[in-house]
Amino acid sequence: MTNKVKIRLTFLGALINWLLFSASNIYLLFIESYEMKVQLADFIPQLFFTGFVISTFAYYRYVISKADTLNFTDLLWKVFITGLITTLISLGIRFFFTVFANSSIVESPLTVNFFYNILLGLVIIYMVSTLVVWKRLILYQKSKNLLQFWGFFEIALFLSLGYDFLNHELFGTNFNIGLIVLSCFSLILVFNLKWIAYLNFKQKWKGILFILLSAIYLYHFFLNLDDFRATGALVMDLMDSVFFLGLLGFLFLYAGISILVTLFNLPTSSVFERKLKEAIDFQKLSQSIPRGETIDQTYEILLESSMSAVFADAAWIEVKEEDGIFQSIRNLKETEINNIKSKIKSGTIKDILSLEFDKDHNPSKLTDSVKDSKYKSIIALPIHVQQRQIGFIVMLNEVPEAFNREMVNIITTFVNQTSISLENLALIKESLENERYKEQLKIAKNVQKSLLPGELNMGTNFQVDAFAMAADEVGGDYYDVIEIEKDKYGMIIADVSGKGTSAAFQMAQMKGIFHSLASQKVSPSQFNIQANIALSNCLERSSFITATYFDIDANEKTIEFSRAGHCPTLMFCSETNETKFLQSEGMGLGIVRNSNYAKYVHSTTLSYNEGDTMLLYTDGITEAKNEKGEQFGDDRLKNSFNSHAKKAPTQIKEAIKRDLAKFTGEVAIDDDYTMVVLKFNANNDG
Amino acid sequence: MVNIEKEKKENIHFIRVSGDVDAGSSIHLDNAFKEGFEAGESKVAVDLTKLAYISSAGLGVFVSYLDEFELKKFKLVLFGIQETVRQVFDILGLEKLITIAENEEDAIKKLNG
Repeated sequence: MTNKVKIRLTFLGALINWLLFSASNIYLLFIESYEMKVQLADFIPQLFFTGFVISTFAYYRYVISKADTLNFTDLLWKVFITGLITTLISLGIRFFFTVFANSSIVESPLTVNFFYNILLGLVIIYMVSTLVVWKRLILYQKSKNLLQFWGFFEIALFLSLGYDFLNHELFGTNFNIGLIVLSCFSLILVFNLKWIAYLNFKQKWKGILFILLSAIYLYHFFLNLDDFRATGALVMDLMDSVFFLGLLGFLFLYAGISILVTLFNLPTSSVFERKLKEAIDFQKLSQSIPRGETIDQTYEILLESSMSAVFADAAWIEVKEEDGIFQSIRNLKETEINNIKSKIKSGTIKDILSLEFDKDHNPSKLTDSVKDSKYKSIIALPIHVQQRQIGFIVMLNEVPEAFNREMVNIITTFVNQTSISLENLALIKESLENERYKEQLKIAKNVQKSLLPGELNMGTNFQVDAFAMAADEVGGDYYDVIEIEKDKYGMIIADVSGKGTSAAFQMAQMKGIFHSLASQKVSPSQFNIQANIALSNCLERSSFITATYFDIDANEKTIEFSRAGHCPTLMFCSETNETKFLQSEGMGLGIVRNSNYAKYVHSTTLSYNEGDTMLLYTDGITEAKNEKGEQFGDDRLKNSFNSHAKKAPTQIKEAIKRDLAKFTGEVAIDDDYTMVVLKFNANNDG
Repeated sequence: MVNIEKEKKENIHFIRVSGDVDAGSSIHLDNAFKEGFEAGESKVAVDLTKLAYISSAGLGVFVSYLDEFELKKFKLVLFGIQETVRQVFDILGLEKLITIAENEEDAIKKLNG
């Protein structure tokens, strides 16, 4: 059943019950006056009356609970209007009796009872509707106990309706017991007045007016009913009912207490309103940046909120921003600001105004007095972002000692909220920026990866496998092999000093140099001399590159190499099962940047056999440290290589990597490291 | 981390380096060099007795002053180099460009002699 249907049904129920009540009442009158021999139990009108009361109660409950969003003054307005309509009708009845005062018609019990029934209906409608509204007010911010207690009260009221069937004598013992029980309930319930605190000043006045009028209606009804009672012609007198008197007492009592409490709350309502405004301002501040307002707008909100919170006569805010200083002033001239700044010579406020405030300072000195100024009181608060003071806010008042601790606390909360908002904004910006850098680095990493050779498939003469790892996203290690002509190869390993992005750029240059020089079939010595000239023009003075260039001739089975300051290559001899470093003189590229460099260049030629294996590497491997700070070193590398050198290049590479990882353990290798393994095959041509 | 002390003795600008010189800490070594160079110290001795490790970026500091020292006829001597560090200098070829002395006395003799 929808609420609408319920409202209609209860309305219909109330109407029918009232009609039946009136009919049976009049009917009883007929029986009495004409002494008819028709039986009709005396309790029948009372029964319909009960039905009428319950239906009306249900009707108003549905009507008022439907209007869930109504505020308190609207609720009181409803009571007032219902009261007004019912009172106007009852006045109409009164008017009728006054007009026909001398006529016999008004003396007829039939007329009296007829109008009395109408009045009774109006009174019940008004009282029940008021009860429902009072219930809403009492149960505002309800606890479980209160809710239960109200439930008992409603049951007690319902029982009192039943109690009235027994026709107790007015103010007899039984009657009084019933009345006392209801009064006790009322007394406890009427002190639930929390809703009053939520009215503002104007609403409080309205509330007092409406409740007062409601009480007057009640009193008026009471007088009216009493007049009818005086005629002595009533079949059923409402005044004899415990229910009626109990309910009337409750409604009166609550109206009276509400008026008094509202009246006494009037002077403090401005404080409550201010607190509410502070809460709203606070919310405004915390939402201003997420709402997309600019930082400057947030400062304006902070200034406005703070001023109204402490009743400041004038104020200003100053914040250091990336593009100068943001300043916003209220009711103040620039000259006065400078005057105040010059008047405050020491203490916390001085530090704050000169942006030198340290959070460890004593915060109790945030208020002070100003001499020789229109403004006698000052509050200054620093604005911090990420532990750094970026600005301050100043409140001024013409009254001496106008600011108290509580005011400082309020603005402190405002300022803190602003700082949090600003910090969040900074963090978001930072993380977006970082995200962009990461994206850029990812691209750089991919680009660099493409600079290193992919598959090293060198035909039948030898097999090569390599591995390169950068300490950062990008690194400065380089290796490459190209076939210059049939069975002749150029190979390089190089290491740019330093690591990271700048090293990565030099590494790209090295690739260019390698490809252009190697294809010109230069000798290893010439390669280093030419490369040194090329790099001398473009390397930073503190940067250099170490490299070793190899010329491999698969027909002659010879290797010619020239070492430019790079770590010596390891050579495994398959005949002797021995590994040795290919020592030779040499100097790093870019160290000597003139023709003298040629003096330091040497080249060595050696021949190789099938199964011989070379290990080219960068110093990232030999300088890798374990947790004791020891380096992996030449000897460990040599032994590791020697023990695996009979395997295929890929297996050798993996085995050395494993040995290295075992040595370093948890310690991350903080340099780029690279290795190239080359194993010579049998010469198929031969 | 690196710790660098400077000292003027027998008309020689001493730079005493201890700890590790890597990409991050090489700037301190560079500052020490720059200071002496700008002050016109024509004789510089670098004490590497307590230098445990030097990365390529650290070596770059020495490399970057080579030309300027030669141009101004300033003298540079390193001394007290440990074996592992010495190897790094040798591999790179720096031992051919920079005078390396065994100890402090030897360094003073090489600079003032």
